Amino acid sequence: MQIERELRHNAKRGYRLGNSQKIAPYVFVLPFLLSFAVFFAYPLVNAGVMSFQEVLPGEVSFVGLDHYRGLWNEDFGAALYNSSRYTLLTLFLLIPVPMVLAVFLNAKTMMFSNFFRSALFIPALTSVVVAGVVFRLIFGELDGALMNTILHLFGIPSQRWLYSSSLGMFALLVLAGWRWIGINILYFLSALQSIPRELYEAAEMDGAGTMRRFMRITVPLLKPITIYVVTITIYGGYAMFTESYMLWAGKPSPQNIGLTIVGYIYQQGFQYFNLGFGSAIGITLLGITLLVSVLQLTLSGMFKRED
Amino acid sequence: MQPKPKFKFTPSSLLLLVMFVILAALMLFPLYALFMASLKPATELFRYGLNVRVDFDMMSLNNYKSIFSGEGAAGNYFGWYKNSLVISALFTLLSLLFSSMVGYGLGMYRFKGRNLIFTLVLVVMMIPVEIILLPLYKLMISLKLINTIWGVILPFIVAPLPIFFFRQFALGLPRDFMDAGRMDGCSEYGIFFKIMVPLMAPAFGAITILQAMNSWNNFLWPLIVLRTTEQFTLPIGLASFVSPLGNNYEALIAGAVLAILPILLVFLFFQRYFMEGLTVGGVKG
Repeated sequence: MQIERELRHNAKRGYRLGNSQKIAPYVFVLPFLLSFAVFFAYPLVNAGVMSFQEVLPGEVSFVGLDHYRGLWNEDFGAALYNSSRYTLLTLFLLIPVPMVLAVFLNAKTMMFSNFFRSALFIPALTSVVVAGVVFRLIFGELDGALMNTILHLFGIPSQRWLYSSSLGMFALLVLAGWRWIGINILYFLSALQSIPRELYEAAEMDGAGTMRRFMRITVPLLKPITIYVVTITIYGGYAMFTESYMLWAGKPSPQNIGLTIVGYIYQQGFQYFNLGFGSAIGITLLGITLLVSVLQLTLSGMFKRED
Repeated sequence: MQPKPKFKFTPSSLLLLVMFVILAALMLFPLYALFMASLKPATELFRYGLNVRVDFDMMSLNNYKSIFSGEGAAGNYFGWYKNSLVISALFTLLSLLFSSMVGYGLGMYRFKGRNLIFTLVLVVMMIPVEIILLPLYKLMISLKLINTIWGVILPFIVAPLPIFFFRQFALGLPRDFMDAGRMDGCSEYGIFFKIMVPLMAPAFGAITILQAMNSWNNFLWPLIVLRTTEQFTLPIGLASFVSPLGNNYEALIAGAVLAILPILLVFLFFQRYFMEGLTVGGVKG
């Protein structure tokens, strides 16, 4: 009887347009398809085309590989170096540190772990603009600025933080750590909570020490989330712009020590209106991120078939 | 999430506690410093840099008054605030609607092209959107969306990360509920809105925080799309206080403090769901 009712039902529904189980999923994914086509695929193709063109108001001419040849210059070199260095260093900062902190927060012996979880996350809520303003002042060159006051405690003279490549990078890293450690802790913590505690208890029974348990159980079981966090860190590293824009107050940084690839796109595209050249930088950035992502996923064994 | 066993008080737990108290203090310190600076005259900031000396003679609410008085450069502040609120609310609502639909469709149904579409989601997720900044800007010009709210939000409301997240969540939803709904004569969309959306509440909580955060703090794209001061959002407005023509630190610092409040409220309100949502959505492969 139930089958009969279902059959009748299905027949009736067949006439209701768009509501069949065959059509419904396409309706559900339609927003993505539209948005992908209009706001991603089309602009991406357009960027590819524009990178071979000189785009001036009212006239567009084909210039071949000129823009790509033009990338061989000091500014782009600086941008590429800064972005890559920043990405690499954030990987060292934003993966192991939050992982270990998350393990601590997840420990049996940890008190108030919910409170600390929230406290460490709060910096992530502040906009980069606000964070940039604060850190610009913290890394100020005056004797009374916070970082310099701290240096004085150790008998080190004041530094002009935002005028040297390494010190400027240091400021960017402190800012990145401040804003991202709390978020990454949450990712690792969420994964840690799905590891059964019995595993640790069994390992403890077998005489495995804390370090051994961490290396043999925690790290391997955190692999999926680690791959994810590494991916978004690489993405965030190469896409970084606002941090350096705010630290150097929207002005070009001295000797381009704060220039990033996206900063270079912004400068060429929106300040000098070199749309073609800006697009060529964009396409180059696309190549770099794809290369790095594929490299990372290959190294972490993502492409291996798991049966 | 498993319940945490009751902790035993040991020396190592005390050590951990001390370590985290210091760490939390370090993390919250810049915000505290910002707040202290907002109570001092800007000349102090110029002369001595950012510091946390407490000096009651010098502290006042003058910086906040300069914002509320609505005069000078800070005159647009509450207009920016309103723009930011409207854009963030609209963006968060629409992106919750669309990304939950797409994620649910990808997670719950088996249909032709499903894997391809999911791969496209991952591709968009891994490619920095900054790459297409210039053509997207040109597109906004031809769609006449420059300097409008829709120009800011439209290209990004169907965002890959929330879709990914909702899909992971949908994979764990009970399929029998779907069949039960069909038996009761619910349409496919009725099943989604009436049965599944409530079941995905933790995911909605987590994505609300993420998307509200992203749109409230978004900088680069609004900076490109919004051209006139009246249309600015808070981050751009605040950034405009720091300019080559001179800095307006009074309004900047006090304005920065006030800018943190709404997103902090959203976080405190949805916090409960946030962890739960992340746990279910973020981990499974």
